[in-house]
Amino acid sequence: MNYKQILISGFLLWLFAVIGVGLVASTFVATEDRIAENERQALLKALQELLPPDRFDNDIADDRILLPHPYKLGSSEPVTAWRARKNGDPVAVIFKTIAPEGYNGAIHLLVGIYVDGSLAGVRVIKHNETPGLGDGIEIRKSDWIRQFDGKSLSHPPAEQWKVRRDGGAFDQMTGATITPRAIVKAVRNALAYYDEHKEELFQ
Amino acid sequence: MSENTVIIENGLWKNNVALVQLLGLCPLLAVTNSAINGLGLGLATLATLVLSNTLVSLVRNLVRQEVRLPVFVLIIACIVTTIELVMQAWFYELYLVLGIFIPLIVTNCSIVGRAEAFASRNPVGPAALDGFMMGLGFLLVLLVLGSLREAIGAGTLFAQAELLFGPAAEGWKLTLFNDYGGFLIAVLPPGAFFGLALLIAGKNLIEERFAGTARALAAAPAH
Repeated sequence: MNYKQILISGFLLWLFAVIGVGLVASTFVATEDRIAENERQALLKALQELLPPDRFDNDIADDRILLPHPYKLGSSEPVTAWRARKNGDPVAVIFKTIAPEGYNGAIHLLVGIYVDGSLAGVRVIKHNETPGLGDGIEIRKSDWIRQFDGKSLSHPPAEQWKVRRDGGAFDQMTGATITPRAIVKAVRNALAYYDEHKEELFQ
Repeated sequence: MSENTVIIENGLWKNNVALVQLLGLCPLLAVTNSAINGLGLGLATLATLVLSNTLVSLVRNLVRQEVRLPVFVLIIACIVTTIELVMQAWFYELYLVLGIFIPLIVTNCSIVGRAEAFASRNPVGPAALDGFMMGLGFLLVLLVLGSLREAIGAGTLFAQAELLFGPAAEGWKLTLFNDYGGFLIAVLPPGAFFGLALLIAGKNLIEERFAGTARALAAAPAH
């Protein structure tokens, strides 16, 4: 008698689990393509922020490689790079790298570099910096991040790749020095990495 | 008082999820650093509450006592996962902002609380109304707390409304004080606790006033 009750309860629980899983699975299948497309569009939009669409004609979202030696960029995880080409010729490369020394953990960055070694631009994609102070690195909060546009390892000279407080050429932000310092260093690392590996990057 | 009035009054004021039951504090404290964030999570929670209360009420006679809690949790988890997938597919921008908080809805005890305390004992109509009113009460607290923290912390209101309402809302941002330096602690986590404490204290104060007036009226000699 008692066993019967247990079996009925168990069966009911099983039934609900099956229906629930079925529901979630069918929603997943129904939305899968759309979600993948959304993610792709968001990525394309982020990449095009750095690189105007008329500068390249390849399928940039799919033309990507995982970089060897990511530790040179300060990362312990694989770093992705997307390559932009026009008529088959290299135009630029965009690193998805990190600045490990943010005030509150790693700051995730997109760094775009043209073939000639000058910066197409830098964007912060994820961070945990203090709201109201360090978050001025976001493009929608301030223009601070735009000061990297067009810069390269020789402009300003390598020893000037620091924030002003450290005797360099880059503005810090009011109330925040650690955050800009981390980003300047990460961008400089990305440029140095590009300089060292540009031959293999476009293969 | 009709049954529906009681449900509405409980959800919005007397038994408010956030101010009286003190449930769902984890998402409440985490997201309310701006009015729009609070509103976004409030809407998602509201949808979950209505759906879960309705479904739980529908199956209430089928589910046996011994397995009712796992079944409720299962139903809620399925609803939240479905909402998350649907948001990812059709409201991707909003998902990018609220994405990490959506799974937090599962941890909101008010949802399983309402399923157990109300929906499993009442017909579908009242259960759905209870879900809606409890959700609305929670949403209003999120919105007020978010506005309070944003106004004190950053001196603005409804910044980034376009994430929730599309490009048309880009001009909605209100700057309350020009050249406001910001009052950081309101936006940081401690500000959430201070803000919620003030709201609860405010609610208690209002109730005390009302009770005082009622007593005074009752005590007044009748002519």
